[in-house]
Amino acid sequence: MALSGVEIFKHLPKTNCKKCGHPTCLAFAMKLAAKQASLDACPDASEDAKKILGESAAPPIRGITLGAGPKAVKVGEEICMFRHEKKFFNPNVFAVAIKASEAGDAASKKIEGVVTSEIDRVGQKLRVDAIAITDEGGDASKFASVVKQVVDGAPGVPVILVSKNPATIEAGIVHCADKKPLIYAATAENAEAMAKIAKEKKASLAVAADGLDALTALSEKVKGMGVDDLVLDSGARKAKDMIEHFTIIRRAAIKKNFKPLGYPIVTFATRDNSVSESMVAAIGTMKYASIIILSSVEKWKMLALLSLRQNIYTDPQVPMQVAQNVYKVGDAKENSPLMITTNFSLSYFIVRGEVENSKVPSWLAVMDNEGLSVLTAWAAGKFTASKIAQFITESGVEKNIKHKELIIPGYVAVLSGALEEKLPGWKITVGPREANQLPTFLKARA
Amino acid sequence: MALTIPKEAYSGKIFNVQLGSGTKAVTIGGASALPFLAFEGTFPNKPAVAFEIMDIAPSDWPETLQKAIGGVSANPVQWAKFCQQNGADIVALRLMGTHPDQKNKSVEEASKTAAEVAAAIDIPLLILGSGHVEKDSQVLQAAAAATRGKNCAIGKAVEENYKTIAAAAMANDHKLIAMSQLDVNLAKQLNILLTQMGFDKERIIMDPMSSALGYGLEYTYSVMERIRLAALLQNDAMMQTPVVCDIGANVWKVKETIAPDVEVPEWGSLADRALAWESITASAMITAGADMLIMRHPSAATKAKEMIAELAG
Ligand code: B12
Ligand code: SF4
Repeated sequence: MALSGVEIFKHLPKTNCKKCGHPTCLAFAMKLAAKQASLDACPDASEDAKKILGESAAPPIRGITLGAGPKAVKVGEEICMFRHEKKFFNPNVFAVAIKASEAGDAASKKIEGVVTSEIDRVGQKLRVDAIAITDEGGDASKFASVVKQVVDGAPGVPVILVSKNPATIEAGIVHCADKKPLIYAATAENAEAMAKIAKEKKASLAVAADGLDALTALSEKVKGMGVDDLVLDSGARKAKDMIEHFTIIRRAAIKKNFKPLGYPIVTFATRDNSVSESMVAAIGTMKYASIIILSSVEKWKMLALLSLRQNIYTDPQVPMQVAQNVYKVGDAKENSPLMITTNFSLSYFIVRGEVENSKVPSWLAVMDNEGLSVLTAWAAGKFTASKIAQFITESGVEKNIKHKELIIPGYVAVLSGALEEKLPGWKITVGPREANQLPTFLKARA
Repeated sequence: MALTIPKEAYSGKIFNVQLGSGTKAVTIGGASALPFLAFEGTFPNKPAVAFEIMDIAPSDWPETLQKAIGGVSANPVQWAKFCQQNGADIVALRLMGTHPDQKNKSVEEASKTAAEVAAAIDIPLLILGSGHVEKDSQVLQAAAAATRGKNCAIGKAVEENYKTIAAAAMANDHKLIAMSQLDVNLAKQLNILLTQMGFDKERIIMDPMSSALGYGLEYTYSVMERIRLAALLQNDAMMQTPVVCDIGANVWKVKETIAPDVEVPEWGSLADRALAWESITASAMITAGADMLIMRHPSAATKAKEMIAELAG
């Protein structure tokens, strides 16, 4: 159970030395109780205190890192049920399953799909995060050869080894032992053997059971064997069971600090129909799954799922935004067109992308509107003629260009008259409404 | 350590709202817990899926969508029947042609279309204006009268025109769709205004304003979660009206549902991409608590219905 601030305080040195960055030990204790600080910050905490507080000070959902090196991904350490309460912190992992029976060409194609999966969305680089190799009861050497194929073909990409047979896992893990793979899974039948491998190879271990009670018991058992980095699978595969189980797991961990379920969740969202699969995976993303294994990663599907994940995991308090500036797109010169938009990342990147598509070098003036979209900023009174005029005047853009023409978004066409008044000598041109009409618009002018 | 299932103690419940009549009537709402958490509440009704049609041929709908509807879209009556045959729980008629920037169709034309469509189907009907504040009040008054007795839902009533539209719904025994702009307090405020003018709160369907996957979806998602929490945990009666999400109109104007494969090879097949875009947006909205969806692509709507069935278990 979670300790209160006062209970934690009793175990601190009570010297108020401030080394933890807090004015008093009590203040620090309060932060610990609120899970906003870690005991490591107090250099003088006794071993005793660490032991007693360790359990209680740990985040309610343990953070687990999959893989090693630049492509490693961390999941867990979430602190709320609903994103508006604070935010969701560590985006779920999307992994593609490669069956041992797909060894060779089929596996190569999927590996290639993962390696080339990176897309740029609203300034973030997103990709398929991991590869799961599944044995389906086949023989260990075949499994191992696919693991090798994956490790060679997709260097650095975190790996999940899926087999209920410890001997199979042992055969496969030699190819990725130093890369912090995830082993799936310890079950009631094989727990000891799997725990042994996980400890030896410093791998994370999934515990898989049928239902939440069995999962609780198994998680405690495996933890008792000395494995700390666990992830949970309650066996939920139907969307209804997923929402129910995952909600209970998250609630038990966060609200009750129930340690046996205080780990990230792993699930298989595999379906025969790929659109259905994407919908189930989407539910996993929204409802607390941390590792979601898919059967295929077509480009359209990943675009949709990664966009959803980005939406759900953005900070609800702070819209994603870019710095106010006049950006050069392509080799813009003194006669190149000048356009204006707001500093909401989505608006900026969409517009910039379309200007790039047009191949017409341009200047893109991006005005700080606290990260609001064009229409929202306009409705909020933050994208008005006088504010735009002031920004353009102070931006110094006039030093870079010879003309005095400003292209404004079509949705705020109403601003053009007032803008011509506020920016004497300037010509205001109303651009298209949707950014995807920009290439046609710009080419027609060029 | 044995697991005790941590349950929420809900004190509120979503109102049941019935649309249509007879054996094909549809009731939405009724939930007594957060979406699909059957271990701690009951869900007498599944979320319903309305298929959208318009009173004019939808020339600005992308090709993928046009193809999926086939040749019926020039005729609203045929189109409505097509929806009914293809699994719609409800038909949503959007009188887009009445917008001054579109065909500026007259009030009479619009209400005639509404009456014809209502007569041609036996599933419930939603009648939506074009989103033009002034024209909508006139159009919806007439359309409400022309479909009297059909127990439709008319809308969308917004802050600027709710009085006339609510009065029309009341006078003709229809339900009302009330839309606010992505804000919990504004949604509540509009419901309060409506009840203050004597409109029965149990006849309102709330539209928190939808947005598409990748384009503000997270705002709608969180506003809906907050509405549902207020309704159930704080027993706030002004938040207990069922929620509708108008998905298609938002989804089918974003680049991901329009741009052909050759233009954005890194985005993969347009047909699948566009279908997934509407289907996943639907998944998100039902997960956040939608009681009714308005959708455009028949296959995406079918996918949404499959998912609803799976979630309702
Ligand atoms: C999400 C959202 C919000 C979020 C804010 C998101 C954000 N960071 O901006 C929140 C919930 C906070 C919000 C608040 C409000 N909102 Co709001 N919101 C939206 C919503 C759903 C999506 C906005 C969005 O993200 N669009 C995507 C971006 C990329 O669009 P964009 O910046 O306009 O860019 C496009 C084009 O303009 C063009 N473009 C952009 N730059 C340029 C430049 C050039 C040169 C050219 C040619 C083209 C171009 O390209 C882009 C893609 O095509 C829209 C409705 C909708 N579906 O569009 C309403 C909408 C913008 N909001 C609206 C309103 C009224 C408000 C509020 C005033 C109401 C309220 N709830 O209080 C507040 C104001 C904010 C405040 N006071 O703080 C109205 C504006 C109505 C109007 N025409 O006046 C809209 C249109 C909803 C509606 N239909 O009524 N909103
Ligand atoms: S560092 Fe430790 S001893 Fe010093 S004030 Fe902080 S909690 Fe107290």
